[in-house]
Amino acid sequence: MKKNRQTGKGRQRRERAISFFFFSVALTSITILTLIVVFLFWEGLPIFSKVSVYDFLFGQYWYPTDDPPDFGIFPLIVASLAVTAMSAVISIPLGVMTALYLAESASARLREWIKPIVELLAALPSVVIGFFGMVIVAPFLQEILDIPTGLNLFNASLMLAFMSVPTICSISEDAIYSVPLELKEASLALGATQWETIARVILPASLSGISTAIILGMSRAIGETMVVLMIAGGAAQLPSSIFDPVRPMPASIAAEMAEAPFRSDHYYALFATGVVLFAFTLLFNLISEHISNKYRQVGAATL
Amino acid sequence: MEHSLKIKIKNLDFYYGDFKALHDISLDIYANQVTAFIGPSGCGKSTLLRCLNRMNDLIPISRVEGQILLDNKNVNDPNVDVVTLRRNVGMVFQKPNPFPKTIFENVAYGLKVNGIKDKAYIASQVEKSLIQAAIWDEVKDRINDSALGLSGGQQQRLCIARALAIEPEVVLMDEPASALDPIATQKIEELIHQLKKSYTIIIVTHNMQQAARVSDVTAFFYLGKLIEKDDTETLFTKPKLQQTEDYITGRFG
Repeated sequence: MKKNRQTGKGRQRRERAISFFFFSVALTSITILTLIVVFLFWEGLPIFSKVSVYDFLFGQYWYPTDDPPDFGIFPLIVASLAVTAMSAVISIPLGVMTALYLAESASARLREWIKPIVELLAALPSVVIGFFGMVIVAPFLQEILDIPTGLNLFNASLMLAFMSVPTICSISEDAIYSVPLELKEASLALGATQWETIARVILPASLSGISTAIILGMSRAIGETMVVLMIAGGAAQLPSSIFDPVRPMPASIAAEMAEAPFRSDHYYALFATGVVLFAFTLLFNLISEHISNKYRQVGAATL
Repeated sequence: MEHSLKIKIKNLDFYYGDFKALHDISLDIYANQVTAFIGPSGCGKSTLLRCLNRMNDLIPISRVEGQILLDNKNVNDPNVDVVTLRRNVGMVFQKPNPFPKTIFENVAYGLKVNGIKDKAYIASQVEKSLIQAAIWDEVKDRINDSALGLSGGQQQRLCIARALAIEPEVVLMDEPASALDPIATQKIEELIHQLKKSYTIIIVTHNMQQAARVSDVTAFFYLGKLIEKDDTETLFTKPKLQQTEDYITGRFG
């Protein structure tokens, strides 16, 4: 036995110190996050002494600087949900089908090329996508559809879809690719075609991963600020068509926060909007967590 | 008992890219018999098995030369529909691979993808296959539970039931018991014995005792070549070649 070997006691003390260090680091991140949430509620809740929760959530008018002001964020909530839903309608088929192609059809070489490129899309700063939507897509929409402004719900949804496609595609692709080859072989050996195998075995087996991918993509869309600030049009109204300008919650907060006097009702109302937004993203995350836990039991059999 | 010729393999070569995995294999396989392929790892026995239902099509760089005649029809003929071929030539894999679906859905799968919609027929076929695979009594009360809740041996018999449900003529088994314990293995072997009344069975195995127990004919492969093929009893008691004798007596492999 080596002489310089640590004694049992010393080793244990060192292990405890290391574990305490990691505990402290973890605790710090959690504390900071908790403080941010507490702060959000702290600064948001005072508005409810002026407006009832119902009037705040379902009020039709958002005129925070009028006298008397109107603090109804219903149009903002509808705008956020509408751009998110519409972007999902565009990004889910695009993302999932691209993922299916990459995982099931593309040759290994093509996959090696395309996947990093799709993932690189996620690295595009949102302001660049916003800029693209503003100077290229908006005039184009305005011209071909003959509408008053190209900065609208549709344009914003399209750009948000581009932002969620990489997330949806990349995570779905991982899920689809990780379906064990054994299952695919079992299906093909029973006389199923490639398409039947994809539809009946591969998709169901990777459904939890795909659902997680979709929800994560959508929570990216609902929380995204710069794109909607630049191209959603900014009108706090209930949209009557997909080509109406809208004002989603993050855009409203970003645009108005600098002008709202500190601790004014407007300031409190913006924080309360942040609370609502937080509730939505939290909900999305809880759903994705739930789905991935519920359908975790996938894959080939284990003995 | 007379056995009719089911599969005739003629001068078969198989390549993975530049690597020649099978060299000039010629072999006759008869109906209602169990034919065992034995040999050390990498000798090409699984590759040959997977040529018979063209599972090797999944490997893009693979290439086949020579002929495999199933009922006198070349399975590699461009006119042969691989889906129909696989319907007639079922397969059981080394590792039990039930779908993450219910027991019922697992067995019904092959019927459904082959376009059968009649629910009563599917239900009777599922029951019949599970009985044939000697697992019905163990699963009849939980037919709508996930197949992943079964033990390894049960899963493998379920996979056999799944293969039988579409009534293939030939059943290929790729080391079906290698991942199972001795009791489950014994059940599978008894099952194989039962099944040869209705099917042509080809089994790949590492386990020489297993080949001796379950098969009527044994083919010994080494380094991609068919070394010797004979009645199982003859091959194991009076092999003609020294190489075969060395292998079955455990001197190498």
